[in-house]
Amino acid sequence: MRANTWAGRNKVKVRDVPDPRLLNDRDAVVRITSTAICGSDLHLVDGYVPTMQDGDVMGHEFMGEVIEVGRGVDPGRLRVGDRVVVPFPIACGACGACAADLYSCCENSNPNAGIAEKMFGHPVAGIFGYSHLTGGFAGGQAQYARVPFADVGPLKIESDLTDEQVLFLSDILPTGYMGAEMCDIQPTDVVAVWGAGPVGQFAMDSARVLGAAKVIAIDKEPYRLQMAERAGHTTVNFEEVDVRSRLLELTGGRGPDKCIDAVGMEASHGSMPLYAYDRVKQAVRSETERPHALRQAILSCRSGGIVSVIGVYGGFLDKFPAGAWMNRALTLRTGQCHVQRYMKPLLERIERGEIDPTRVITHTLPLDEAERGFEIFKNKRENCEKVVLKP
Amino acid sequence: MTRLATREAMEAGQDEVQRRGRGLGWMSLGLGVAQLAAPETVRRISGVDDSSTSRAVVPLVGARELVHAAGLLTSRRKGIWVWTRVVGDAMDLASLGIAIARRDGRRRRRLVGVTGAVVGIAVVDLLTAVQASRSKRAGSVRAARSSRQGGSMELTATTTIRKPAPEVYAFWRDLDNLPTFMAHLEEVRATGDRTSHWSASAPFGKNVEWDAEILDEATGERIAWRSTGNADVPNAGTVRFVPAPDGVSTEVHVVLSYDIPGGAVGKAVAKYFGEEPHQQLDDDLRRLKQVLETGQVVRSEGAPWGKRARKEFPQRPAQPLSDSEFAKGADA
Repeated sequence: MRANTWAGRNKVKVRDVPDPRLLNDRDAVVRITSTAICGSDLHLVDGYVPTMQDGDVMGHEFMGEVIEVGRGVDPGRLRVGDRVVVPFPIACGACGACAADLYSCCENSNPNAGIAEKMFGHPVAGIFGYSHLTGGFAGGQAQYARVPFADVGPLKIESDLTDEQVLFLSDILPTGYMGAEMCDIQPTDVVAVWGAGPVGQFAMDSARVLGAAKVIAIDKEPYRLQMAERAGHTTVNFEEVDVRSRLLELTGGRGPDKCIDAVGMEASHGSMPLYAYDRVKQAVRSETERPHALRQAILSCRSGGIVSVIGVYGGFLDKFPAGAWMNRALTLRTGQCHVQRYMKPLLERIERGEIDPTRVITHTLPLDEAERGFEIFKNKRENCEKVVLKP
Repeated sequence: MTRLATREAMEAGQDEVQRRGRGLGWMSLGLGVAQLAAPETVRRISGVDDSSTSRAVVPLVGARELVHAAGLLTSRRKGIWVWTRVVGDAMDLASLGIAIARRDGRRRRRLVGVTGAVVGIAVVDLLTAVQASRSKRAGSVRAARSSRQGGSMELTATTTIRKPAPEVYAFWRDLDNLPTFMAHLEEVRATGDRTSHWSASAPFGKNVEWDAEILDEATGERIAWRSTGNADVPNAGTVRFVPAPDGVSTEVHVVLSYDIPGGAVGKAVAKYFGEEPHQQLDDDLRRLKQVLETGQVVRSEGAPWGKRARKEFPQRPAQPLSDSEFAKGADA
């Protein structure tokens, strides 16, 4: 089959690889009808996530048709022919973490748990196409994929919604939603979202759905801010104005009640000297993150507020504003999204028309053009917001 | 999760190295600061205040001492940093030798005095460095590889499994099940109610087999066993099953001990366990948890062979296996 693979730093390559096969009894094989490039794939391509290997099949946002199931899969749960969206964290459904709905911390789904444990203290779940640290699972930017614990994760789509309407239930819609949910939003809340990429856009929509009084988008790409503006959100361009003073202005000096970091480890700007400081430290690997958005979110948030982090971090960061966090009684909440927890309720919101996931799609390309997809997405060319790939 | 119990004497030796390393670090700091802050005084005391070369050399030596100090005071790896001091001592003694040869009278006497002091310090440095290197070697299981005497090794590990204690106990008590999650076991066969025959796989070196007996057990709570007869690697183990506070799960606590012999078998065992013996047992318990909670050892394309995925990195790439690769299996 054809698959998009990691081919070294800053290089992806669509190549022929063997078709997937069942390895465990509870596996299924899915013929992929739609898949997507995620912002977190860029961290892999940029070389900031360790343990990638040449030839690793990438991609963790995919959906399609079940063409084979293992003998351990309950037929009442999943059958050949079912149309499914596959959540990016692989979860067993039986361990303590899964029982607590913490699917992205599944204790059983990562065969390389020993490595993850060294890095993070405790292991994390397996993830499709997302380095060997998260299990070494082949990903979904391909014609077919093997899906472990197929009786737990995949969400059956039985209505006639299009692929584009439901594909993002695999990752970015639940991720954005969890970012807003962790904010414990009240009707009086002003919510500021750093990053107007696809996850940021969904965090904004979710904050509104959950009842926020005002939602503010912070980014520097005019086309991304316009997209947020068209969806009814207030925008702040950090290349044009000072974020802190603008946020104070927009909130009567209080600061946003809730702040969401939808940027993560490769924040692109801020004050020039600070950016240079982090860029250099990251380049020589003496810090693994460029946490500018997180620092700014913590410093901007009103006292007693919540800072919710859904942008990806992988290691260690410098100059964490612990003083602001502690003395101003801030709550910091975070996590890789526990997608399985949100798929059904969010599918219902899509069906009711409360959220329109298709609004972020700017490009639909054949799988064979994945390389170009990565290029325009990474460099923000052609007003690229979200690339859907068709195998 | 696990702890490797090592001999107390070895730990005491490592403590001694840490303490002496810190002492030497403070000495470097004092010397470095003196040489940088008051180079003239240092030159006068040493009897080299007549040379212009020493005006450059003394602060440079001072700067070097600060590097030693930083390393010795902040790093746990005192061994390496003490060796850098030994190298520094050699450089100092060489310069002092040159300086003595070119002087006489009062300056020469002072230089000889300083040289005597440096020789004394060099001896302490050298002894500490050698001790640090030795205790580091002894700290890893490599000791068993390099020594002919072998030694004993105790491993402990624990995990929590979301199944009731009687079920987890019953799975373990059916000893045939052990090879499904314990990487080094090929087969365990019950030969009686309390006796069994065990065989371990190739990574152990050669075919290692032994008989074992259950010494003590309490249904649903505890099993203790030990090898009997002439086992190549005499070993014993205890596993306890303790209900977890959540009322659903079971904490599994394992203690294994091995009498690692000298000679070829000892070498093979040490090689098998490598430098992180506790990692193996951790991984065994992770697989036990997978088997009991999900039914099987979990496989990925990068690590497709379950418990045989022993060499963790680099793995095969995370892409599907070809038919021939799959047919060849783990030994390919």
